[in-house]
Amino acid sequence: MSDASALEPDTGLTPGKGTSHGLPVAVLLEVTHRCPLQCPYCSNPVELDRPKSELSTEEWVRVLHEMPDLGILQVHFSGGEPMARKDIVELVQAATDAGLYSNLITSGVTLTRERLEALADAGLSHVQISFQANDPVLANRVGGYKNGHAKKLEAAKWTREAGLPLTVNAVMHRQNLHELPDMIDMAVEMGAHRIEVANVQYYGWALKNRAALMPTMAQIEECNRVVEEAEERLKGILAIDYVVPDYYAVRPKTCMGGWGRQFFNISPAGRVLPCHAAESITGLEFDSVRDHALGWIWDHSPALNLYRGTDWMPEPCQSCDFKEEDFGGCRCQAFALTGDAANTDPACSFSPHHDAIFKTAETEAETGETRFIYRNLAGGTPEA
Amino acid sequence: MTGDARAPQRLIVTGEMAVTLPRHVQLRFNKPRDMWLLLAPERVLEPDAIAVTVLQKCDGTRTIRDISQELADIYTAPVETIEADVTAMMQDLADKGFLTEGRTHE
Repeated sequence: MSDASALEPDTGLTPGKGTSHGLPVAVLLEVTHRCPLQCPYCSNPVELDRPKSELSTEEWVRVLHEMPDLGILQVHFSGGEPMARKDIVELVQAATDAGLYSNLITSGVTLTRERLEALADAGLSHVQISFQANDPVLANRVGGYKNGHAKKLEAAKWTREAGLPLTVNAVMHRQNLHELPDMIDMAVEMGAHRIEVANVQYYGWALKNRAALMPTMAQIEECNRVVEEAEERLKGILAIDYVVPDYYAVRPKTCMGGWGRQFFNISPAGRVLPCHAAESITGLEFDSVRDHALGWIWDHSPALNLYRGTDWMPEPCQSCDFKEEDFGGCRCQAFALTGDAANTDPACSFSPHHDAIFKTAETEAETGETRFIYRNLAGGTPEA
Repeated sequence: MTGDARAPQRLIVTGEMAVTLPRHVQLRFNKPRDMWLLLAPERVLEPDAIAVTVLQKCDGTRTIRDISQELADIYTAPVETIEADVTAMMQDLADKGFLTEGRTHE
């Protein structure tokens, strides 16, 4: 059996080499940017969508029903906090009715037993709850939300009691990496099936907070060791998905499996994006499900077509043997760090900017900066 | 947590065991791609034709030995060989967290 995430070419699921894009596999639905938490590494854009601009229930239901014919298999209800939508159970039911596999990506702090049971009845396939640390004081400080950690623990228990499978999302950075072994134990104790150990990716809010978040090289080496040991020890008990930090990498990640190749994102206001960070690239115009059918957007949106395939690549990507493997890495990171989204991702050792970002990471990790800028609709608030 | 009797254990698949897919792992036929797929959290697997046949029979009541016997009859192959292959395939799924024990085992 092969795994789509391994990007094996010429299978039924993944577009073959030389193909600009195939049928979309999964969609991230950012149903709102409202969130009670204020995590400084939030993956939402710094410029958040206002509540008034959000798609209505009817608009989301229509879009969900367009998905299966396009080949879409899975939807991830995310945000912001998806539970902030009063109609979330209705939206999950619509996904089930359309025949989609549905996943809820939540902070857990506003979940109740009743709503979890309603979501289970509506056919929800899977729940992911984020945890900021194992120590409640640290966890609540990172999330900028009083008592959040205790509420999350309760939500995790109710998730399992409702018969729903659970993934723990552990977002890791310099200020909580020492807690990773405890967070893995916590996941096992709460009966999670899986943990995502995700080192922070530095776009948007995380880029603003980079000096307070960037791990040291020594921490990353320890993190690799902890993950490797836990994978062996917890085989068949807890599956571990590991996202390594870009800045210390040698090869760039195959971001989103390639721009507009098999995944996309829908923003709260209905814009179709190749990934959740794409609006950080200024000057791009994204098409909205309010103006076009989803199928038209997937094939014809100029922003999706811009970095599809390999023709757009400058050197050193154009003549690189890996261009069909990693597609030059991440466009958002290339834009954030070099000012041009078409450049090679500086996470790649072939990028002329690679040594500079490695030094930036090392320097910022040693600064001792600990204060966060909290994420909010007002453009951020510095930690007191 | 080691030594705790309530600690979760790795599922070791045996021939006497009846297994099935848990809620978060779904075997579906996908029309746009004209192929069978196994949907799991943030993963889509492509089972081959034999895996599909086996998974369709894993209803949580029939044991792996029963299923292997059925396949041995169909393909006129030694049941021991088939049972070993099926058990290995199921162990691989179990270790990914994609398999659960059926109801009739106890």
